[in-house]
Amino acid sequence: MSDSTLKRALESKRFVVTAECGPPKSADRTVIEKKAQLLKDWVDAANVTDNQTAVTRMSSLAACAILKSLGLDPVFQITCRDRNRIALQSDILGAYALGIRNVLCLTGDHQSFGNHPQAKGVFDLDSVHLIETVRRMRDEGKFLSGDELTGERPAMFIGAVENPFAPPYEFRALRLKKKVEAGAQFIQTQIVYNIQRFREFMARVGDLGLLDKVYILAGVSPIKTPGAAKYMRDNVPGLDVPNEIVERMEAAGKGIEDKKARAEAWRQEGIKICVELIQQLKEIPGVSGVHIMAIEWEEAVPQIVQKSGLKG
Amino acid sequence: MIVADQKPIEEILQMLEPYKRVLFLGCQSCVAVCMAGGEKEVGLLASAVRLARTSQGRPIEITEGVVKRQCDDEFNDLWRETIEQQEAVLSLACGVGVNKLSERFDLPILPALNTKFFGEVERQGIWTEVCAGCGNCILHMTGGICPIARCAKNLLNGPCGGVRADGTCEVSRNGPRPCAWVLIYERLGKLNQRKNMEQLFAAKDWSSDRHGGPRRRIREDMLL
Repeated sequence: MSDSTLKRALESKRFVVTAECGPPKSADRTVIEKKAQLLKDWVDAANVTDNQTAVTRMSSLAACAILKSLGLDPVFQITCRDRNRIALQSDILGAYALGIRNVLCLTGDHQSFGNHPQAKGVFDLDSVHLIETVRRMRDEGKFLSGDELTGERPAMFIGAVENPFAPPYEFRALRLKKKVEAGAQFIQTQIVYNIQRFREFMARVGDLGLLDKVYILAGVSPIKTPGAAKYMRDNVPGLDVPNEIVERMEAAGKGIEDKKARAEAWRQEGIKICVELIQQLKEIPGVSGVHIMAIEWEEAVPQIVQKSGLKG
Repeated sequence: MIVADQKPIEEILQMLEPYKRVLFLGCQSCVAVCMAGGEKEVGLLASAVRLARTSQGRPIEITEGVVKRQCDDEFNDLWRETIEQQEAVLSLACGVGVNKLSERFDLPILPALNTKFFGEVERQGIWTEVCAGCGNCILHMTGGICPIARCAKNLLNGPCGGVRADGTCEVSRNGPRPCAWVLIYERLGKLNQRKNMEQLFAAKDWSSDRHGGPRRRIREDMLL
């Protein structure tokens, strides 16, 4: 079966685009089909989130299989929150058998934030263990326990995440290094709004000699409203939204009476900010591409890609 | 110590509903220290229950007592005669005490407490979970700060992305708590042991935790 398109795109050294595709809170496959149509011509690969923010949704594995059948290269996001090492490894095997070639290994948002705060969190492994486990299955043909796989190995392109915007800041590049040593081949970062802090992070990553060992895709996300910008600035741990961005969003809607027109002005400003960030990110040594998280706003992706001059 | 919380009085009254003669039996160890099930709490709870039942027109005869350690038959047996005259026992010990009494006596043993965790006295009136009793201690690697007990995701390879700018964890129960890994990072810095955090920490063997099944400790040399 085919290799990872994402891997080939990254190896070609051109600036790569991935985007997030959130599955529905239903069994409706047409939701995925519509999102696939929106993203198909604009991205090198599409990530499917795994019950993000611990809210129950269609499984990322199933949604990845749908994307694959529609000609996209899916990135299977898999978290340690809901699966122990038995289920994690089983899903890796299943994903590969379904034609999925990229896996993004995450610890996962804590269950207390989701729609089942009563749930028992698993966290048998952490993301670093999971990366190492997939690498071992692929390269050594062994499960985590040392037991041997009895046939085809899952030749996954292994990804991980890192957040440059959470303390202890000096440790974040070292944590990325641990992930690279465990087997991560590409990294998708937390959403970048504070470009200065991200530059510092990338410089540290460079100092650790990691830039030729791993592809780094910077996370970006267009902001829809000034309220969303403020919410992210004040209430989302691990996000760093400078005041300047909040002010720009506010200014964009000033003096526009018509509600629809104002919302549209906000959206255009959000996209503009996102495009500007991408242009700055492109200039940072070691940034191989961007990962666009247009949460429940996949329509924004083609515009962002076009306006950034990445395609089309 | 084992830290416990008294159940809401409504729940206790509901459990006691069918009974008219009950022993309220506290414990003088952990739960007395954390002010949940010692002699004083037995007295207070008994008064509250008597009052409630009298006002309902269904008085209850409560005997108050306390044992040195309810996790040990030796101490519980001192109360055998009284226990055998009751319809039920309301235990103000941790869950271990409730189990121990239930193994020994043929009457309902009711839990007055919710047993919560192994804790330290953070300061007067605040107890905090710092050990999870996982059975495989790594505190020498983490500067004496346990990520199994103190990280919401029991991570072993450093902090997740959910650390607030002030170094607290995004998962906060009863107020913000510092991220365990930020604490470990700072502590290892002081001890000049940051290397511990830079190396890969292997996946944990949880079989020493209760995931390996209910646990037992056997000391052959102590067996009679």
